[in-house]
Amino acid sequence: MADIVQSWMPTELPETEKAPAKKSGLRRLMRRHSTTAVLMCLPLIVIVAGLIIYPAFYSIYLSMLNKSQTHFIGLSNFNFLLSRDTFWMVVEQSAIFALSAVFFKALIGLITAHLVNNLPAKGQRKWRGMLLVPWVIPLALSTLGWWWLFDPTYSAINFILSGLGFEKIAWLSTPYWARFSVILVNVWYGAPFFLIMYLAALKSVPEQLYEAASIDGATAWQKFRHITLPMMHNIIAITVLFSLIVTFANFDVVQIMTAGGPRNMTHVFATYSFLLGIRSGDLPLGAATSLFMFPILAIAAVFILRGVRKRGREIG
Amino acid sequence: MSTAAIAVPTTKRIGVGASLRRNRRWALITSYFFLILFAIFFLMPPYYMIVTALKSDAEVAHMATNPWIIANGLTLDQFKILFMQTDFLIFFKNTVIVTVCVVAITMVVSVLAAFSLGRMKFWGSSILATGIFLTYLVPDTLLFIPLFQIVKSVGLLNSYWGMVLVYPTLTVPFCTWIMIGYFQSIPKELDEAALIDGASHMQMLTKIFIPVALPGIIAAMIFAFTVSWAAFVYPMAFLYSADQQVLTVGTVTSLIRGDVYKWGMLMAGALVAAAPPLVIYAFLMDYYIAGLTAGATKG
Amino acid sequence: MAEVTLRNVGKRYDDVVAVSNINLDIPNHEFVVLVGPSGCGKSTTLRMIAGLEEISDGEISIGGEVVNDLPPKDRDIAMVFQNYALYPHMTVAENMSFGLKLRKFPKTEIKQRVDNAARILDITELLGRRPKQLSGGQRQRVAMGRAIVRNPKVFLFDEPLSNLDAKLRVQMRTEIKRVHQKVKTTTVYVTHDQVEAMTLADRVVVMNNGKIEQIGTPNDLYHHPKTRFVASFIGSPGMNLIPAKLESNGSGLNIRLSEKLSFHIPESRAARYRAHTGKDVLFGLRPEHLTETRGSENGVGQEFPVTLDVVEPMGMETMVFFKVDGTEVCGRVEPTAAKKSGEEMQLRANLDHMHLIDPATNVVL
Repeated sequence: MADIVQSWMPTELPETEKAPAKKSGLRRLMRRHSTTAVLMCLPLIVIVAGLIIYPAFYSIYLSMLNKSQTHFIGLSNFNFLLSRDTFWMVVEQSAIFALSAVFFKALIGLITAHLVNNLPAKGQRKWRGMLLVPWVIPLALSTLGWWWLFDPTYSAINFILSGLGFEKIAWLSTPYWARFSVILVNVWYGAPFFLIMYLAALKSVPEQLYEAASIDGATAWQKFRHITLPMMHNIIAITVLFSLIVTFANFDVVQIMTAGGPRNMTHVFATYSFLLGIRSGDLPLGAATSLFMFPILAIAAVFILRGVRKRGREIG
Repeated sequence: MSTAAIAVPTTKRIGVGASLRRNRRWALITSYFFLILFAIFFLMPPYYMIVTALKSDAEVAHMATNPWIIANGLTLDQFKILFMQTDFLIFFKNTVIVTVCVVAITMVVSVLAAFSLGRMKFWGSSILATGIFLTYLVPDTLLFIPLFQIVKSVGLLNSYWGMVLVYPTLTVPFCTWIMIGYFQSIPKELDEAALIDGASHMQMLTKIFIPVALPGIIAAMIFAFTVSWAAFVYPMAFLYSADQQVLTVGTVTSLIRGDVYKWGMLMAGALVAAAPPLVIYAFLMDYYIAGLTAGATKG
Repeated sequence: MAEVTLRNVGKRYDDVVAVSNINLDIPNHEFVVLVGPSGCGKSTTLRMIAGLEEISDGEISIGGEVVNDLPPKDRDIAMVFQNYALYPHMTVAENMSFGLKLRKFPKTEIKQRVDNAARILDITELLGRRPKQLSGGQRQRVAMGRAIVRNPKVFLFDEPLSNLDAKLRVQMRTEIKRVHQKVKTTTVYVTHDQVEAMTLADRVVVMNNGKIEQIGTPNDLYHHPKTRFVASFIGSPGMNLIPAKLESNGSGLNIRLSEKLSFHIPESRAARYRAHTGKDVLFGLRPEHLTETRGSENGVGQEFPVTLDVVEPMGMETMVFFKVDGTEVCGRVEPTAAKKSGEEMQLRANLDHMHLIDPATNVVL
């Protein structure tokens, strides 16, 4: 003990003298750590800044130019759109499309998730695998299949309908049936995603809670109402909001099946801005159209972020 | 009297047990019934696509026969036509090139960034992580018009290399986000142990984090693959000649010539184009689903 | 192998002081245990030695070299973590050799060291397995093996037994002691379990609120605690601490616990307490010094009656609980002598082992 103290004593003074140099050495180490970290993030930052954030702002600038992009015309493009009946129809159809499609996706997802969850554990995988197939097929290609199902002359659905004694339906050429069809396809495609999310959430509810509820005498409905829903409401909210964004901004289904027709009745923001911006070559007007999506998406995004953070806290 | 008093509760207990079992069986039967209905709804289009693709043109055009079955014999003619007489194989090749490049770029960028954001922590790293998540929520349909200008200005309009440039906007934010979650779920002591064992940051990433988070990496790769394979908006907007076209847009637009729709061949094309994601799904379902659900549960 | 010295070491997180003024000299080969309740700064201290936390104040040297600015890998230490921190994708052998591989040791030497460590720990047949296939105790052995193969200057253990069940914990405790006796590497061991600390340590460092309360051998701490915290923390069940008053009784001293109960302080102790006559103090006595009246120590100590609140038979002995002026007190009696709860019992206090604590300073008088 004594000689340890002694061997330490003489070195103490030089050490204190060296202290400033030592501190800076430490700081250099820290700085190197941060530099490595930032360098590792750099590719990501370049991609996000150059291909997402910059275009988003560039879009705002673009929307204030004239068609040939030669001079600045302020908000004229927006004013022009707001004065057009077609634009308001797009607003209406986008809202109907997104809200009803998401509602039915969520409903079907919830029902199927519960049905699958009811099955004995062994069979669940198989059913889950089968029911997720619509989500796995690239949407553009399955939409092509649906288009063929709705074909005016050969519609296989109409074959069934007439076999059952119903009238044949001109699915994609009657405005309201066309709206129905694009929503149907979107529900078909998106419901499995809800199924998977709900199923994962259902599995994360501790079994003891249900057992405790059974002992307390809860019925199946009461268990759902007082255990399942409260435990899942956050994930339901995240999924619904997320799906709202994706559905609201959807392009594939409408573009392939109707391209906005008949009589522009099925246009949504994405297809309409494609029509104006790419097909008609008026990029500024197209940009202005798609920018109308922004506030709605931003609001949904903020709520999703809140939900995800909360869920992160609940889990970890 | 006393025997009756004992007998009553016993029989009652048996009765409750039997009815519980009966209830459960009925619940199971109803579950199966409705599941079959939903399965028919979900699987009807792919089934119909397969049936159509295996029919001859004559049968497809014949209106009297039941379209849901193959009546006049199974044929692979549609696939032959697809491969021999159309640009389908060019689309396929282009899609493979684009997808492979995009998956590689995505994984390198997002694994590096996720390791840095999730583990190393620096000034502003948590804000950056949140920002990444928000950019994932920016849809392609909001970006394709300004990106049209950008792709045009770098001279990649109507070139599939333009897709390699823009697809990462669809994949990188989400993959980074889920990789952050996976990396954060690795116990902190593991990198401390590696630190004491003498590993540098790069060694820690390649020798510890990547192997341990391999399931997450596979999930992220599958996500990047399926997204770039299925992308539709960007090629629709930026590609117009057949030699540069990718599968999704190529099948939907270029295979349709004039007014006569060769439905059999179209369906064959759609099926072949959809096959790679389906095969991956069939073999790696758990990873696929993990990637799908990770966005909401991780991070 | 080397000595470890901590000189005025402190750790601040922004404005929060986690650890301050730690002075500790650990000679070569010594097994030192840092013990204290959670949040007392023991783990922070260990992590500063390891280099996993920066040192805010003071300096730490290992083998005579100041290591404040060295990264963990250059400090030549090995650490065993509470959750083992085994690399899940590597086999046991790979886990153990990872550090040597990174340091570019020749293959034959790595193999030799791994085999040797595996023999010491009796895990030779596990070398090909992965951590997932091992039980908790086996994982702990592997974690120790990973430390041993490195043959470092210092072993650091961070609550290594906390994740094991009670039986295995006792077994592994012996194992750790055995390994230390074999390899003799200087060891710093952190735990919240005072039994673990007492059984393993050459010297124990009791920490509380980021400061060292007392350093000493296990026996030293048990019989001569210097502070109220050490008195109550070491020992299970802990020392009884009863508010009391020191009274003069002619030439002698009395300690008054309640209106009815007061003890005469033995001559051997009276001298050192005399200066505090008239003060309020805490009277400390371990349960084993509150016993039944018959038995081997017959005649030593002073008898007094109590009404039992709770009686807990432990097999070898029975703990009896009673109240003295509202303070719960525990005594330790022969199972055959114990009465039932609610009954009266005569107990004997052996005042030769008493302590008095100044409640204002919490220092043992």
